Amino acid sequence: MSGIPHDHYEPKSDGEKWLNSRLPIVGLLYDTLMIPTPKNLNWWWIWGIVLAFCLALQIVTGIILVMHYTPHVDLAFASVEHIMRNVNGGYFIRYLHMNGASLFFVAVYIHMFRGLYYGSYKAPREITWIIGMLIYLMMMGTAFMGYVLPWGQMSFWGATVITGLFGAIPFVGEAIQTWLLGGPAVDNATLNRFFSLHYLLPFIIAALVIVHIWAFHTTGNNNPTGVEVRRGSKAEAEKDTLPFWPYFVIKDLFALAVILVVFWAIVGFMPNYLGHPDNYIEANPLVTPAHIVPEWYFLPFYAILRAFTGEVWVVQFASFITGGIIDAKFFGVIAMFGAILAMALAPWLDTSSVRSGKYRPMFKWWFYLLIIDFFALMWLGAMPAEEPYATFSLIASAYWFAYFFVILPILGVIEKPLTPPETIEEDFNAHYGKADAEATPAE
Amino acid sequence: MFKKLAIGAAFALALTPAASFAAGGGDQHIEDFAFSFEGPFGTWDQNQLQRGLQIYTEVCAACHGLQYVPLRDLEALGYNEEQVITYAADNFEVFDPELDDFRPAIPTDHFPANTAVGAPDLSLMAKARAGFHGPYGLGINQLVKGMGGAEYIASLLDGYTGKEKEEAGTILYENTAFPGGWISMGPPLADEQVEFADGHSNSVEHMSEDVAAFLMWAAEPKLMDRKNAGFVGVIFLSILSVLLYLVNKRLWAPHKGKLRPED
Repeated sequence: MSGIPHDHYEPKSDGEKWLNSRLPIVGLLYDTLMIPTPKNLNWWWIWGIVLAFCLALQIVTGIILVMHYTPHVDLAFASVEHIMRNVNGGYFIRYLHMNGASLFFVAVYIHMFRGLYYGSYKAPREITWIIGMLIYLMMMGTAFMGYVLPWGQMSFWGATVITGLFGAIPFVGEAIQTWLLGGPAVDNATLNRFFSLHYLLPFIIAALVIVHIWAFHTTGNNNPTGVEVRRGSKAEAEKDTLPFWPYFVIKDLFALAVILVVFWAIVGFMPNYLGHPDNYIEANPLVTPAHIVPEWYFLPFYAILRAFTGEVWVVQFASFITGGIIDAKFFGVIAMFGAILAMALAPWLDTSSVRSGKYRPMFKWWFYLLIIDFFALMWLGAMPAEEPYATFSLIASAYWFAYFFVILPILGVIEKPLTPPETIEEDFNAHYGKADAEATPAE
Repeated sequence: MFKKLAIGAAFALALTPAASFAAGGGDQHIEDFAFSFEGPFGTWDQNQLQRGLQIYTEVCAACHGLQYVPLRDLEALGYNEEQVITYAADNFEVFDPELDDFRPAIPTDHFPANTAVGAPDLSLMAKARAGFHGPYGLGINQLVKGMGGAEYIASLLDGYTGKEKEEAGTILYENTAFPGGWISMGPPLADEQVEFADGHSNSVEHMSEDVAAFLMWAAEPKLMDRKNAGFVGVIFLSILSVLLYLVNKRLWAPHKGKLRPED
């Protein structure tokens, strides 16, 4: 693997040499674990390991739940109650899985906004960013289908509403929707295929995670200064970095343990806080809930979906020039997926020569506003579709797009960035002082 | 800095003028009862659960089922095996496909479903309703008060004003806890309707509380086990955090210019 120069694994004993000449797996693991990591990484860089933990947690708890779950419209709801009441520890495993999804999304959002602030998406890390966006999309698909499985009211009606989005596609929409559902409406066929895909997708996510890690192990980690590690020689690189093991593994595990204290408290003391009470009512195609609300992690994009109604001039204009092919419903779908696409395009929309937001005095404020905008959209997504929320949603959605398509490109031209430090070493020493024992290994 | 932002955003939302966001259905009144099982340290009041079971059996069971709750679980309410066998046989009949006939219930059966008058099943009712939603629909008050499922049930049972109206051939009863204010279930409880062996007060308010507590147990029978597992996990993970903090500090110290190697 190319990348930052560092020591590589040298097989010593005959046995090691025998294995290494046939399968260099130890060397691969060694290089992966010992990757030189910028030593100035701050606490915003710990969420990657939280995400890896979440994926493992969801797969392990999920496999156990599958042993007791029945994917059938008449039996699914009761089988979940069987898990909650009769399976040893079943109530805790299910609540871990349920809230594990929320922890997963908390982590992925912080991870993404960290990347957006410190310019982690910029060259040469575009591929890492794009793979990350694919993982995020798959996570959303997996979470959505997982929420359908307990076959509660929100499961059923959420599935009806979200698959209905595909029905909004002109000409082929209805056919696509029927194909997705396996029939004219959400029913047993839908439940079965969602179950199958909900089991499959996490393993594809796991594969993508490996590619994601491979990509940034080639480019090296970004860091709070956005300054690259010096690669002229091993000695030079060692001034900027420390090996991932043990320095960052221990640091990340400490952070993970603290986060898990909070997570465990939520699972133990208030596991239904982030869920919706209606999902404890068995699905009933004849009774529509008063408010159909997606899980909290979909709310920002759900708000964007609903913001573009037929009364908005952009929608009317789009409808007019396409001769009505793009109606309000389809426009909303385009906007929702466009909002995610906008993030994926960030590497090419950001024109600034400076990578880290730390040295961009104007960018900072627009970025903070984006964070507020994100929370505002999340709240608006949970509110009923009526005034004044509709107007607020429209304003908040407009800012989301403006940030990526207008503000990022323009800022790079008009902003006068501060000068980042020359090296990572300089930044690190400015914080912690120059270590006297630079060459002494920790004992 | 992100942390400050998140707090800032929360404040911005919290400080937004109340008048402009008055969400619909705000006239619902949910009393915040102090149930014994609430909070991380709360435990069931076994006598209350037994009284609740009695009210359910004598009153609610006429129309409402409890289909997900196995009768054998009643031992958790402090009954012995004999008592559960007697209770099941005396109160419920279930259809047995092998006999092709009804027979008295045994502890391995569930409480029967009851769809006679279309009343909803109560097995999960205490988790299928949230008593508290605010402020501004953010649900933050649930952090302090809990979801309020049991509170909702108790408030509903105690929330009849006595007014009735007829709509499309159905009589609706005014209720201060029900969304919309009018419910089709008539007032199920009346003062002194159920006689308790322990002589506990049988006013509508107290009976509402008792049956709500019982339904919370029915919806979440593993509540106490779950809280115990929560405590064990939180304590162990806290210790692990402290240990990892110390390891991390020691590990990084030589590189941060704060500690000489011989210290």
